[in-house]
Amino acid sequence: MQTYKGDTLSWELKDGCIELALHREPANEIGTRTLEELEFFVDAHETLKHEAHALIIYSQMKHGFSAGADLRDLYTQAKELGFENAEPRVRDFLNRIHVVANVIDASPLTTIAAVHGVCFGGGFELALVCDLIFADKMARFCFPELRLGLIPGFGGIPRLKRDLGNAVVRDLLLTGRSINATKAQAVGLVSQLAAEGEVLKVARFTASQLKKFDRATSAVAKQFLKPIPHAELRQEIDIFCDLFTKPAVEAGLRKFVESTDALPYLP
Amino acid sequence: MKTTEQIIDEILTLASTHFNVDRATLSPDDDFFKKLGIDSLQALGLLTRLENHFSVELPDYEVQGVSDFRTLAERIESRL
Repeated sequence: MQTYKGDTLSWELKDGCIELALHREPANEIGTRTLEELEFFVDAHETLKHEAHALIIYSQMKHGFSAGADLRDLYTQAKELGFENAEPRVRDFLNRIHVVANVIDASPLTTIAAVHGVCFGGGFELALVCDLIFADKMARFCFPELRLGLIPGFGGIPRLKRDLGNAVVRDLLLTGRSINATKAQAVGLVSQLAAEGEVLKVARFTASQLKKFDRATSAVAKQFLKPIPHAELRQEIDIFCDLFTKPAVEAGLRKFVESTDALPYLP
Repeated sequence: MKTTEQIIDEILTLASTHFNVDRATLSPDDDFFKKLGIDSLQALGLLTRLENHFSVELPDYEVQGVSDFRTLAERIESRL
């Protein structure tokens, strides 16, 4: 399927580049429907990867790339089941999103996350599956999971460890602070900075440049450079699910859902 | 070295420009959430603009609970 227009995301193959647009109100929170549509994309990718040379993932929402997992949806579902019974459903969700992430991570296409605004939690993890992260100067990156009594669950820690120094990972994870795009570029997370509102344009320039290279050679180079940390990814799911059964998570999620705090996204 | 008053002045100018509020209506002790009418994500945008403008890093938790321009300026001053 060369084009798809969904509830939470859409894609289009144009001039050899797939553009995957996220557009779920208000800030691309990743819940069940987004996961289903990401799975549609993964199915389509089996064909599209033979026709394209690049993939750009970007957001059409004003507030940013993605605020992360849909915590309200997670809280509501866990509350219905009872938190003590919700672990199998959480594990199933994580297993499914890890399949999606691993397919994009290992895609023979060169992949670019074009990020603006908030890029938090699960949204940050989605960006991390891409080969390159380009950022608008107003972008911010954050792993706020510890405030919920959790760790990132969509593969964020193993991928960040793969790509950056452990000290940077500890800083982001253990303080839960958000960093701006300039800092993210300084630590090696962001490869290119764009002016405000220009990140998609900048990503398209690069995607256009990639057309000059032999697709098979680019794929071989990527496979050599970017091994998928499967063992750590599986371990991450286990740790996440183990933590999910602790009382701190229910309390943290309830606090988030009921919060009228001015900065509920932050620890 | 910038004084606190200079920092406050630059914050007020930046906030008025970014949120399209008349500069003359902003005062150092205003609650900027109320005065600018901003939500949490817009507050993050303000934080990023301040970091970029002053070339500092401001961890979120240092400004959490801060709601007036003067205290915000003091937080920035401690990072300059």
